[in-house]
Amino acid sequence: MSWIIARRRRPVAGYAVVLLGLIAVGVVYAAFTTQGSPASASSPAASSRETAVGRQLFVQNCSSCHGLLAQGTNTGPSLIGVGAAAVDFQVSTGRMPLKEIEAQAQRKPPVLNTAQTHAIAAYISSLGGGPAIPGASQVSTQGADTGLGQQLFTSNCAQCHNFVGAGGALTQGKYAPALTASTPTQIYEAMLTGPEAMPVFNDTTITPSEKRDMIAYVTETRSAPNPGGFSLGRVGPVTEGLVGWIGGIGALVLSALWITAKRRVHE
Amino acid sequence: MSSTEGYTGDFPPGGGPDGGEAEASRAPHRVIGTPPPAEQRTLLGTSESDAPPAPPRELPADPDDLAGASRAEKIVAALFILAMLAGFGFIAAYIGLPLGASLDSVLRSNLALGISMGVAFMAMGVGAVIWVRRLMPDVELTEARKPLASPPEDREAFAETFREGAETSQFVKRPILRRSLIAATVPLLLAPLVLLRDLGPLPGTKLRHTVWRKGLRLVISDTGRPIRPADFGSPGGMITVIPEGYQTNDNALVKATAIIIKFEPGELKYPTNLKWTVDNIVAYSKICTHVGCPVALYEQTTHHILCPCHQSTFDATKGATVLFGPANRPLPQLPMGVDSEGYLVALSDFKVPVGPSFWERG
Amino acid sequence: MTSTNEAPAGAAGEGPVEKVLAGTGTFLDDRLHAAKSTRTLLKKVFPDHWTFLLGEIALYSFIILLLTGTFLTLFFKPSMTSLVYHGTYSRLDGVRMSEAYASTLNISFDVRGGLLMRQIHHWAADLFMAAIMAHMIRIFFTGAYRKPRELNWLIGITLFTLGMLEGLFGYSLPDDLLSGAGLRILEGVILGIPIVGTYISFFLFGGQFPGMDIIPRLYIIHVLLIPGLLLALITAHLFLMFHQKHTQMPGKGRTDKNVVGQPLYPYFMAKTGAFFFFVFGVLALLSALAQINPVWLYGPYNPVAMSAGSQPDFYMGMLEGALRIFPNWSWNLWGHTFAWNVLIPALVPLGLLFTGAALWPFLERWITGDQREHHVNDRPRNAATRTAIGIAVITWYGIMWLEGANDVIADHFQISLYTTTEIARYAVVIGPVIAYILTKRICLGLQRKDAATLLHGYETGIIQMRPNGEYVELHAPVPEEERAVLEARTTAPLPLEAGSDDDSGVPDPALRGPVGKLRLALNRVVTESVPLPVGNGHGTNGHGNGHGGNGHGSSVAGEPERAAVTSGEDGKTLLGRDSPEDPGEH
Repeated sequence: MSWIIARRRRPVAGYAVVLLGLIAVGVVYAAFTTQGSPASASSPAASSRETAVGRQLFVQNCSSCHGLLAQGTNTGPSLIGVGAAAVDFQVSTGRMPLKEIEAQAQRKPPVLNTAQTHAIAAYISSLGGGPAIPGASQVSTQGADTGLGQQLFTSNCAQCHNFVGAGGALTQGKYAPALTASTPTQIYEAMLTGPEAMPVFNDTTITPSEKRDMIAYVTETRSAPNPGGFSLGRVGPVTEGLVGWIGGIGALVLSALWITAKRRVHE
Repeated sequence: MSSTEGYTGDFPPGGGPDGGEAEASRAPHRVIGTPPPAEQRTLLGTSESDAPPAPPRELPADPDDLAGASRAEKIVAALFILAMLAGFGFIAAYIGLPLGASLDSVLRSNLALGISMGVAFMAMGVGAVIWVRRLMPDVELTEARKPLASPPEDREAFAETFREGAETSQFVKRPILRRSLIAATVPLLLAPLVLLRDLGPLPGTKLRHTVWRKGLRLVISDTGRPIRPADFGSPGGMITVIPEGYQTNDNALVKATAIIIKFEPGELKYPTNLKWTVDNIVAYSKICTHVGCPVALYEQTTHHILCPCHQSTFDATKGATVLFGPANRPLPQLPMGVDSEGYLVALSDFKVPVGPSFWERG
Repeated sequence: MTSTNEAPAGAAGEGPVEKVLAGTGTFLDDRLHAAKSTRTLLKKVFPDHWTFLLGEIALYSFIILLLTGTFLTLFFKPSMTSLVYHGTYSRLDGVRMSEAYASTLNISFDVRGGLLMRQIHHWAADLFMAAIMAHMIRIFFTGAYRKPRELNWLIGITLFTLGMLEGLFGYSLPDDLLSGAGLRILEGVILGIPIVGTYISFFLFGGQFPGMDIIPRLYIIHVLLIPGLLLALITAHLFLMFHQKHTQMPGKGRTDKNVVGQPLYPYFMAKTGAFFFFVFGVLALLSALAQINPVWLYGPYNPVAMSAGSQPDFYMGMLEGALRIFPNWSWNLWGHTFAWNVLIPALVPLGLLFTGAALWPFLERWITGDQREHHVNDRPRNAATRTAIGIAVITWYGIMWLEGANDVIADHFQISLYTTTEIARYAVVIGPVIAYILTKRICLGLQRKDAATLLHGYETGIIQMRPNGEYVELHAPVPEEERAVLEARTTAPLPLEAGSDDDSGVPDPALRGPVGKLRLALNRVVTESVPLPVGNGHGTNGHGNGHGGNGHGSSVAGEPERAAVTSGEDGKTLLGRDSPEDPGEH
């Protein structure tokens, strides 16, 4: 403390304070730009032997909340009829098995591997059908129409997930997650099953081909470079204003301090 | 231009062999080093030779630290050369980095152009600051401020002139002249306002109505496909719909856009008008009743519809009544049925005006 | 150049300066008679302080806006004609959009340097507004708006307002999803205006929103009308500053009767030139490195769509926040709708801010009765009430501003969306009050510290034992330069006294009656300050204190003294501190 007091009248003290301020706001800014890397897609499969394995895994990992027969309990909903796609989405994104009850399950590194996930999915599917895990051809973005994808995404998804899928806030602590790490399969499954607060977009309202267009738009846009420089989180003018004040005004104030600083030649 | 003090010319700082640096620093006003070659260079020296001697110069010719100034000169020159190179770099980047079809080419071009331009200007700026701080001697001058108010005699003289003019012009004395002039300006001032009339049509009742009418199909926005209730069979489903045939009519879409939501049986409650629903599907206007943003942030677990602009929240199960936020009125419900082919159609226009409040809304 | 002799012999060919003087200088002066006035100009003294450059950021940003804006107009098509895009940016291939949006994509992806110019233009607009805000805050806190500069303060507020409009119209032009949403909100707000709202909206948009007219109309306002007004007002702003001479920060030898600094030529010219390069350089680097307004990601305006986290640019954020926090009040009376939930937040906060700012110099002058010219700035601490009001307003503004980004804040800091709004609803009322009280206490505390420093000098950290066993800390005298700063209270507001006499001994009739009583009460609040110790050699600024039986904040050096805060309301000592003996016995 006394060290600071002794130096606070030095000419550098002003710069130091401004610098500290800049660093502090920079840290805040860092919180605004979260990044993730897309995971790789997985391919679906189902067999009768798999169902048995799946049942075993289900009992070990899921039954404490969802019940031994997936019939649902006070803490977890019934999974009969939710379909393999819902299971694959929840487990492959690490949301299930849930660690603790929150406003909303968070994306985490998955606990179970792809084969185990598919086994549970097959078991749940055997209980009451439901949407299946989309196949590789269903989520292939080869030759997709990104223009139509952009329009459908903007009309139906952007109000929650933002214009490029950077995510956004919902009511009561819930949020629409960023789509930065979602695989094409997961995006497809989410539309099909409507996890958590998300509404369902089934294959008759938005056809599989249109879903592929939307997936193509999201995945291509998120991996596209930002021709103007750093993306600033792609969340719109809020971070731009922050950077304008800190980077722009901050840098210019520093240069103004330098231009007008008293000269101390003989010190 | 200013020369009455007698310029001593542009003496190169620290150019000469200056042994007496410390001495010089104590006497910055004295010209040190090699004197300029000719005193007679002083521009007006000859014409004012009989005038009183020129006052001492106000600005010292050289900085205290001449050796430091020489070093600074090199730095400044290096910075200016850097700026020049960066400037050439900008031109080279413009010519050498064409824009292709890929975003990477745009990124490269923008980076190269922006950084070369930025470096050029920053180098100029840094160079200029070092120049003024290290090469120009430090001075502090004091200039007197004159009071801003004019002396009383000037004010009185002005007032007299003003009075004189007012009298001479007869403007004050002749009220008919004055008033008729004022009267003449009134219509001329109103004319520009009148001219603005044709900026747009009168509102009439346009804000009360949308293009929805009996039998008009609801189609999915962007794809234009009509919807059968069975197509929309999964509870928790939501989709943006527009009137068929108006896909490219922005003026119509701005008011007519709606969302349809599918519920589990029994979830829809009063004040939702159940007669206007089909198979637990309900249609609400997508236009927020606050200031008109499209609301479609629908949470299927809580059945909240949230506006992303100002966060008004509506309860979709209860006729889209307001739960939170600045909106005052529920989202209007679109009367909906099915046509002979089983597609969802409007039964009529919205029964109340959609979108933001306006004065005549009532 | 008082000589009329063209090309005096011997002057030519002897160095560049002489050449210019003999050639161009003589040529111009023969025609303009400008030697004397230009010399005065060149010798004009400019005071130096880093905060004096904040306004220059705005000025240079404006010049850069004009330059880059001109470039953009060469390529931008202000048309709402609908087309289907098949251009370079393949992700939007086949999407229906307006010509304005398509030409913006064209500028970004097909015109070399186009993206850079777009980004510099947008960053410069942000910097322009940010610099105006910072400049205005500096002017307010240092009291630089006081007589004789009230007119320039008013011009500044007009510039701020015009800048907001200019920015709003500018970011509406590309017709992307975000700007379309902004216009939609603007339409919603206009519709809420009683009686004439719907008519204004229909005239502005040429019919129903969005129509085909709004972008061409905004374009001409954005590139011609408002820039013209801005240019004229900036010229007037600078001319007034020039004519009245710049204010200066307090310091040794600086009074209201002089200006201390460096001459325009060559010092200020070089410095301000350097600063122009810095502004341009920073903008170019920002635009090279930080992407702004990526309209290709937002997509074209689409009346059925909206993005999460839709925000305006930062200078409109306060308005957005006000719209978010205001309760949903609305009346339906006599067949008409009074949309308070739109009207009040859209008009009242900004109206209060600008009207309040415009009236403040005159209000303060009325309260303090201070008719003097001020050319030495106040240190913010020395005008405790003004500073406290300023911080309260900034807090009030800042809360609404933050609320304008509450969805982004809620999302990234994982706070409930409603909680942020609920907090803001209370904070916008309570926050300014707390800020006012705290700031005032801090300012008075700093004044007290200054008074103590003047009296005792700086603490040296050296402890000395007196013969009687008492320990005292040695104090070093305050250097003359710093003493001048600490004593610079000449500009502190003048307290009015009930029944006080003016110069001719007549009691002030303006202080009687309810208005006069109000003025007196306000005066006590505004002039609250810690008196400087007397006997420090500042005879010119001994403003009266001690009305209503106040304690005197001064005492003879060498005795234990008490620096007291005097409060006009009851004259009681609010805070005090015993000080050790002054070892210096100055």
